[in-house]
Amino acid sequence: MALSTPSKFGASSAAGLTERITNGKRDVKGRVVEWLLLATLGVTLLILVALIVNLLDRAWPVLNGRFGDFLSSGLDASNAQEAGVWQAIRGTLTLAIIVIVVSFPLGIACAVYLEEYASRSRLARLIRINVRNLAGVPSIVYGILGLTIFVKFAGGITGGRTVIAGGLTLSVLVLPVVVITASEALRAVPRSIREGAMGVGATQWETVRSHVLPSAAPGILTGTMLALSRAAGEAAPLLLVGGITGLLRTGNLSLWEQITDGGFTSMPVAIFSYARQTGADFQAVTAAASLILLVLVVVINGLAIWLRNRFERNW
Amino acid sequence: MFIERETMSASTTQSWTVADLRLAGGRRRTDVRMRRLFIAAGLTTLLVTGLIVYTLVKDAFSFFIDVPKHELWNIGWFPRRGFFDIKTLVVGSLMVTGVAMLIAVPLGLGVAVYLSEFARPRVRRVLKPIVEVLAGIPSVVLGYFAIAFINPNLITVLAPGANKAFNIAAAGVAVGILTIPIIASVAEDALRAVPLALREASYGLGARRVATTFRVVLPASISGVVAALILGISRAVGETMVVAIAAGAVGGGLFSTDPFQPGQTMTAAMAALGFGSDQVAGDGLAFQSLFFIGFLLFVLTFLLNLLGDRLVRRVREEY
Amino acid sequence: MNETRKLVEQENVVEENHEEVMTRQVASHDDVPVFRTKDLSVFYGDFRAVRDVNVYIKAREITAFIGPSGCGKSTVLRCFDRMNDLIPTARVEGTVEYHGVNLYDREVDAVEVRRRVGMVFQKPNPFPKSIYDNLAFGPRLNGVKKKADLDVIVESSLKRAALWDEVKDRLKASAMGLSGGQQQRLCIARCIAVEPDVILMDEPCSALDPIATARIEDLMQEIKRDFTIIIVTHNMQQAARVSDQTAFFTTEVNPESDRRTGVLVEFDKTQKMFSNPSDSRTEAYVTGRFG
Ligand SMILES: Nc1ncnc2c1ncn2[C@@H]1O[C@H](COP(=O)(O)OP(=O)(O)OP(=O)(O)O)[C@@H](O)[C@H]1O
Ligand SMILES: [Mg+2]
Repeated sequence: MALSTPSKFGASSAAGLTERITNGKRDVKGRVVEWLLLATLGVTLLILVALIVNLLDRAWPVLNGRFGDFLSSGLDASNAQEAGVWQAIRGTLTLAIIVIVVSFPLGIACAVYLEEYASRSRLARLIRINVRNLAGVPSIVYGILGLTIFVKFAGGITGGRTVIAGGLTLSVLVLPVVVITASEALRAVPRSIREGAMGVGATQWETVRSHVLPSAAPGILTGTMLALSRAAGEAAPLLLVGGITGLLRTGNLSLWEQITDGGFTSMPVAIFSYARQTGADFQAVTAAASLILLVLVVVINGLAIWLRNRFERNW
Repeated sequence: MFIERETMSASTTQSWTVADLRLAGGRRRTDVRMRRLFIAAGLTTLLVTGLIVYTLVKDAFSFFIDVPKHELWNIGWFPRRGFFDIKTLVVGSLMVTGVAMLIAVPLGLGVAVYLSEFARPRVRRVLKPIVEVLAGIPSVVLGYFAIAFINPNLITVLAPGANKAFNIAAAGVAVGILTIPIIASVAEDALRAVPLALREASYGLGARRVATTFRVVLPASISGVVAALILGISRAVGETMVVAIAAGAVGGGLFSTDPFQPGQTMTAAMAALGFGSDQVAGDGLAFQSLFFIGFLLFVLTFLLNLLGDRLVRRVREEY
Repeated sequence: MNETRKLVEQENVVEENHEEVMTRQVASHDDVPVFRTKDLSVFYGDFRAVRDVNVYIKAREITAFIGPSGCGKSTVLRCFDRMNDLIPTARVEGTVEYHGVNLYDREVDAVEVRRRVGMVFQKPNPFPKSIYDNLAFGPRLNGVKKKADLDVIVESSLKRAALWDEVKDRLKASAMGLSGGQQQRLCIARCIAVEPDVILMDEPCSALDPIATARIEDLMQEIKRDFTIIIVTHNMQQAARVSDQTAFFTTEVNPESDRRTGVLVEFDKTQKMFSNPSDSRTEAYVTGRFG
């Protein structure tokens, strides 16, 4: 639900209306309540500021001292001076690519089925309820699924505890997010466009391919980016499918070696590893890695929100 | 090059046949094939649920059969020593969730009410995305924030006896921060679904903005607001990384009801079974307990989500 | 497969019998009409929106559907290109024959029907693409691939829709930038581009100003030579001006359910409908004392 794009109607005028009507009257109690409400917003924003300031403050020794070295060093949770995020960044990118390749087409196709092919059928209703419930399943549970299915059952294909198993697990995890947001984007495409296409003799698929999907593309893209940022920030399921937390010795393996050898980590997993270590050195390392991940996720999210606002169409 | 018209030239004098109204085979086949593909994609999501339930149930069941039942009610959660005290985990989860709600309910609802009823459109346009950014903060980052900032600057200040390194309360506050955007966004949607006419009616009776908000708009959207709380609780119960980092007891813990001491939750216990030196492999009881807790967690969040979803849709249907 | 064919054959036999009956009834119509409905009813779920419609639509004529709002004009119109198939709850009873073929036969493809029976909607609905792509979409579906061929189709369709001179310099510009009237003519051109047999128009001018309306009416007279046209309109003068035949629908309140079901009151030559209608309700409507 948190991922639903905000509705475009209604309450902007609610505020305007109350403004007009209460204008000029003295209302002390009202003022107090309004200030209290504003304060909740203030506190919320303050938390965000505190988080960023705290991270910057703690991370300073690393950012200032050995940032380049930090970026290029591997995972090492025993020696803060050697610790870095190179493998973690690479792991996160690899995972992201797998999510894009697996989860996006599947999720968009599922949304197309729900919105274009089966809007009212009982099966569609079941799938919709199912998807909404999947969206609320705790991420660690997906880890169990990944462990049983992708690591053990399909270990012959994925190679066991590899980045492939991790990527597939994350793909399943964000699948409901992709389906829900893509469905919303498809629903926003006006019926008249579909009627126009079918009216000149296009099949359902031709209509979807040539008109519905292109029209919904910005919305779908927004949803997929939100899903991607979610995947980039997840650690819990990766712990269960073999994300490395201690020391990843494999260094600069090629992607192929990474797959066959099985050693992989990701930014959130690395942050978890570092956060568990004691000492100011590791605090700095953790904070620096957190900042990098935060920037990555916020940039993806911000891009998604910008896209949504930029292409928000009133048909 | 124009599409053939031979059938049409005869249109006024002769009947056509069904064959004139058949689609070219290639296009029809492509359409059928794509339809099947889309249906398959839809069914995949059912398969995912099926697999989740199957994997959980299968091993949870064998765990339940194999475990000596008295170990399920014990002094604490130490899976590798054969102590599987469920209440340690459940109480831990409840404490984290409780603390989280102390933070997230007032802040989340406050933000929702403010954005929906008080903020001017332009203010709203700026503030809302910032709240959305909060929703995107990875939980590992907040876990770190809990031990690096929340515990030293908030918890140990308010409760001097609290554990200086790890405790349930700090983890709970961080989980609460994670939950704010969920509650805010679901509740805001519910509030905005209340029609303007209702507000106008209230003003027509001379009510002011605050009275209108709390006596008219909130009651009218109450099921949506409750849904926001339920979905928030579900999210908090399922949060793993914050607790795994900030609540302490990695791998095991004694039963405790003190939120200012380290504790263990269902999610953190599962994570601990899965990684590092505690990584338990094979078919031992400890490994299977992973599935047992997973199953409990799944059922719990499933029920909460189902309820929340019902309520959300009730709001939609009402207006 | 064989069985279905047999069924179809049987059905055809039955229909031929019907046809004999009909031919006797309507002596002047000895050709196979473009459309003929027999006791057509359309349901939305349990609700019968319109019932017992019997119309007979001849080639190269303009037929107007008139009647008060909600009497099922659009509903009946959308039966002719099976657009109602897109509404999950919609269901058709009775038969619609298209050149003697049962339009709702299982072997008939709605997609092919819609290629041959084009539709222009109340609100112009150009695709959010270039003018050229709007026109080229249909022909491309039907296998016209070569740019030169598409160019010819685009140009001739636009010319026939009386739009070419206005847009020939900006074929690559977005269709959304055209005026309402131009957009509607573009939609007509888009229909023409797939060389249909029939063009259905559902209140094509209701969103347009009088000048744009006049242009569409002229255009209809132009293209009538090549196409059979059925138009739904609320504008009685328009029906009187452009059409050869007119069907007047109205609603009857169902006493039990209190829901309104549309019925066909009268169907005749336009001239007769407006000068000397047989039914008093038609007279009341066309003289403006009704609805
Ligand atoms: N998709 C639908 N689902 C349910 N009922 C419908 C649907 N479309 C139309 N109806 C109902 O069917 C009846 C006939 O509608 P229709 O749109 O055909 O009327 P109309 O004569 O075209 O009216 P108007 O002149 O306003 O366009 C109406 O009572 C309408 O409410
Ligand atoms: Mg209509």
